Amino acid sequence: MATTLERDDQQIIELDVRTDEMLVSMGPQHPSTHGVLRLVLRTDGEIVSEVTPHMGYLHRCAEKIGENVTPIQFIPYTDRMDYLAAMNMNLGYSLAVEKLCGMKIPEKAQVIRVLIAELNRIASHLVGMGAYGLDLGTFSPFLYAFREREMILDLFEEVCGARLTYSYITIGGVHDDLPDGWLERCSKFLDYFEPRIQEYHTLLTKNQIFIKRTAGIGILPKDLAINYGCTGPMLRGSLDRNKNDPPWDLRKIEPYCGYETYDFKAIIPPFTDDYYDDEHFGIKPRTPPEAVLGDCWHRFYVRMLEVVESIKIIRQAIDRYPKAQGAHRIEMPRHLPVGEAYVETECPRGQMGFWVVGRPSKDIVPLRVRARSSSFCNLSVISEICRNCLIGDVPAILGSVDIVMGEIDR
Amino acid sequence: MTAQEIVAILKERFGPRIKAEKLDAIDPYVVIEPADLVEVCRFLRDDPRLQFDMLNCISGVDYCEPDPAKAAKAGFEPHLEVVYHLSSFVKRHRFVVKLILPRWKDNKPGQLPEVPSVASIWRAADWHERETYDLVGVWFTGHPDLRRILLADDWEGHPLRKDYVFPLEYHGIRGR
Repeated sequence: MATTLERDDQQIIELDVRTDEMLVSMGPQHPSTHGVLRLVLRTDGEIVSEVTPHMGYLHRCAEKIGENVTPIQFIPYTDRMDYLAAMNMNLGYSLAVEKLCGMKIPEKAQVIRVLIAELNRIASHLVGMGAYGLDLGTFSPFLYAFREREMILDLFEEVCGARLTYSYITIGGVHDDLPDGWLERCSKFLDYFEPRIQEYHTLLTKNQIFIKRTAGIGILPKDLAINYGCTGPMLRGSLDRNKNDPPWDLRKIEPYCGYETYDFKAIIPPFTDDYYDDEHFGIKPRTPPEAVLGDCWHRFYVRMLEVVESIKIIRQAIDRYPKAQGAHRIEMPRHLPVGEAYVETECPRGQMGFWVVGRPSKDIVPLRVRARSSSFCNLSVISEICRNCLIGDVPAILGSVDIVMGEIDR
Repeated sequence: MTAQEIVAILKERFGPRIKAEKLDAIDPYVVIEPADLVEVCRFLRDDPRLQFDMLNCISGVDYCEPDPAKAAKAGFEPHLEVVYHLSSFVKRHRFVVKLILPRWKDNKPGQLPEVPSVASIWRAADWHERETYDLVGVWFTGHPDLRRILLADDWEGHPLRKDYVFPLEYHGIRGR
């Protein structure tokens, strides 16, 4: 620019300063990428212009394994997909194989499945919430969340002996019946847990710093979410009740395991005062004025409200269990029939699909197992919603997607 | 809308270009030619009666029996299938579209069969097609950025092919 620059002329010097584009590699060992995910950020100063995810660090080709083992042998591998909601993964694969074989599951097994899957949903959302707090620089909610999650894990340990990779829900029902006195301990836990939800709202949802970090950040419009195949809380955070959007929750719109007989609602924003019509919300966390439909705050809050709905479902399942008919498990056929079956279930992170193809030669080993991962689709939209955000907001947006790399890489 | 009605609408629009249909399958599907894929998919998305605005899954299957002793009893001719699972947010129905491809283009091993990309219709197809290319070995023409997604960029072969040979060594890491 100016070649004859006066040393004292401050204004001209400032005009001469330019910013450069820079590539910043975030991960794969970055704590806020929730596992081994590498994001390459193209930045101009503080502004991110492009985000390119690189994954596959945890790839084990579970689909190839599924083609070489029997369906029951594959159940433990589904545990390792979404390891925070292993029960829901077991359920998805079991339902796919059962649909292919045309099996009819007894009522008792269905009730146990619903009960266990919803408990796991609570545990998963607790980790999602606690880890989201960690991403945004607050440590306490994480400890609060793990305090309660620990109790759920204790309940699971009693049921199946494992604390993370359960393999409890299996083809034809569940592996074992519930132990004696377990239901009482479970409802005792719910009585303990329910009032604690307010603590999370006090710590996070109503926290001014948390609101400033999440409200109005990473806005995902509904059409974009659908086009990218986003599901679960990610999609529901972008819906609008006032525009007659359907309650896009597979438990509602395509019920499985008898979810249609339970009384609960799909969580759809906006969260105005008339939304809270039951006694579960002692203190109503108001939607902050900065929050926009489809932003990080809404995605986070949808998860928090889903926890309450899960409690409602579990209480109903506990009431039903003593009257439920049938066995907890039935035998699966010796061979998979010819054909293919695709089943999607509502997992904590979205719609998890399993597709099983039987061999024409009547074999027990399937020809193909396909896992449609919910986090995989939810993550693919990250480059859109991170465009032109600040570097500091990338962990906030990524945390609100709530990914589990085991499920993405499979 | 039931699968019968969806197939009827498709047949009314495309006629003989719908190569086969299977309505008694667990998930009813139609089979079309790869060349018609983009047109059919755009119709499925844009027709006001159908409105398939969500692409749930793209899966590739390799129908092949590598063991010659079992090949006679396998019950299928060697071929590849690419399967599109669609659903509609507005209409709440599901449908499946299938493509049947040769295992290799022009029967030359190593030449990947080609399918037109639907990433311009549903953005969700972007990563799913990359994954199908990566693991099953199908080349999606017109894809904006067809790279491997789960495996390393310099990986050889496509693991979900039935005749895939497991590498014994990768950059000095022993395979078994």
